[in-house]
Amino acid sequence: MKTWLIFLSTIIFIQLLFSVISNQNFFLPSPLEVLNALFVQLSQGEILIDAAMSLERIIIGFLLAVATAIPVGILCGYNQRFGSFFRPFIELLRPIPPIAWIPIAILLFGIGDGSSYFIVFLGAFFPIFINTYFGSISLPVVYKNVTQSFEIKKSVFITKILFYFSLPYIFTGLKIGMGMAWMSVIAAELIGAQSGLGYFIQINRLLLRTDNILVGMILIGIIGFALSKLLSLAEKIVIPWREK
Amino acid sequence: MLKIKNIYHFYLNNDGNKIVVFNGLNLEIKEKEIVSIVGPSGCGKTTLVNIVAGYIKPINGEVLINNKSITGPGRDRIVINQGDDLFEWMTVADNIRLVTKDKSEDNVNKYIKLAHLGDFKNAYPKELSGGMKKKLSLVRALAAEPEFIIMDEPFASLDYQAKEELYEEFLNIVKFSDKTVLLVTHDIEEAIFLSNRVVVFFGTPTLIKQEVMIPFPYPRDKNIKELNDFKELKIKIRL
Repeated sequence: MKTWLIFLSTIIFIQLLFSVISNQNFFLPSPLEVLNALFVQLSQGEILIDAAMSLERIIIGFLLAVATAIPVGILCGYNQRFGSFFRPFIELLRPIPPIAWIPIAILLFGIGDGSSYFIVFLGAFFPIFINTYFGSISLPVVYKNVTQSFEIKKSVFITKILFYFSLPYIFTGLKIGMGMAWMSVIAAELIGAQSGLGYFIQINRLLLRTDNILVGMILIGIIGFALSKLLSLAEKIVIPWREK
Repeated sequence: MLKIKNIYHFYLNNDGNKIVVFNGLNLEIKEKEIVSIVGPSGCGKTTLVNIVAGYIKPINGEVLINNKSITGPGRDRIVINQGDDLFEWMTVADNIRLVTKDKSEDNVNKYIKLAHLGDFKNAYPKELSGGMKKKLSLVRALAAEPEFIIMDEPFASLDYQAKEELYEEFLNIVKFSDKTVLLVTHDIEEAIFLSNRVVVFFGTPTLIKQEVMIPFPYPRDKNIKELNDFKELKIKIRL
């Protein structure tokens, strides 16, 4: 409640600031103008389609990253030889920002969804992988010993012990990965897409509609915030033993 | 029967010097016996646990179980560790179910009841007290139906009161299940109260300084600590 009050009063303060200096030639729209544009865009509905397009891309790209990064991360932690084979490749690719891949992505997948999925995948993969890997190599020796003494099968060890032990680490990776994915999808759409919030911003830049650009930015912020909240909620449900 | 035969073992310290831990150690534990090993820290107690458990191979010598040399860790001897060794992401019931051969509800409940943890069946280890965790570790070990239970300072992390309460319950559970126990501890009173026989380790390389039979019959209750015989044993066993 208190945070919302502070938030609201900050917006009102900016609006007041604008009304004081509005006689000057100022390129940025006032909060009221942005609010107005937001209502217009929402009532027309097109921006919602763009938001849905971005969401679809991020979900598909993110799920692809989850489906590969977690198993590879766990296996690299489980099998040192496997790990030492994969790690150099991953360490080499990791510093390359997803945006730098955009030209290659367009060459590989063309303009459109394919390249966006790929960019989102790249953005999300590395944080998820690194955290999963780190989690699985942090398994205390005592668990390895217990596993050996009870003669627990390898498959049970990986799925019921190593994986669950790594889950808190994995969720850290998922949260960072989600942020990266969201940033990557906007970047990909700014350059190589015909729809989505990034595309919406790009088009409005060309149309000189700064108010709409800010509307797009606000939506990006809101959706990103909602996604990270959703992940925190999922974490609480999936990892109950940490909560109590 | 568990036989530790002619164990020779060393490790290299940080300066690369050879530290001989055991130079021909021999020890025998009979069936259903509870044997405690006491000694100052750094006298090779944990190394011995690791060797008997099969986590490390001695450089020379062997550990025999019923006259067969062990080759690695196995379900016939389960270790209860000093720290937490429960799977914290599994409930009490799941911790037991993971290691039992018979995964039926009845069988799992049998072990939960043995530890008096019925009200905590679906609780996570984090919700248990230190003493309850140790009881769960013990019945989880029993659930694998081993011949031997190896305890590596299992009570070290508990406060005095929790220990007092736990000793009797531990004895009841162990005696009920008729297991052979090797207990490693630095607490002489604990060793006397729980075991048939106390073995005192000393020096580097480790030698058996003395072996003392503890004559009190089971079941034991904490009042035996007030007996003169108990006090005399305490004086006799000096580290």
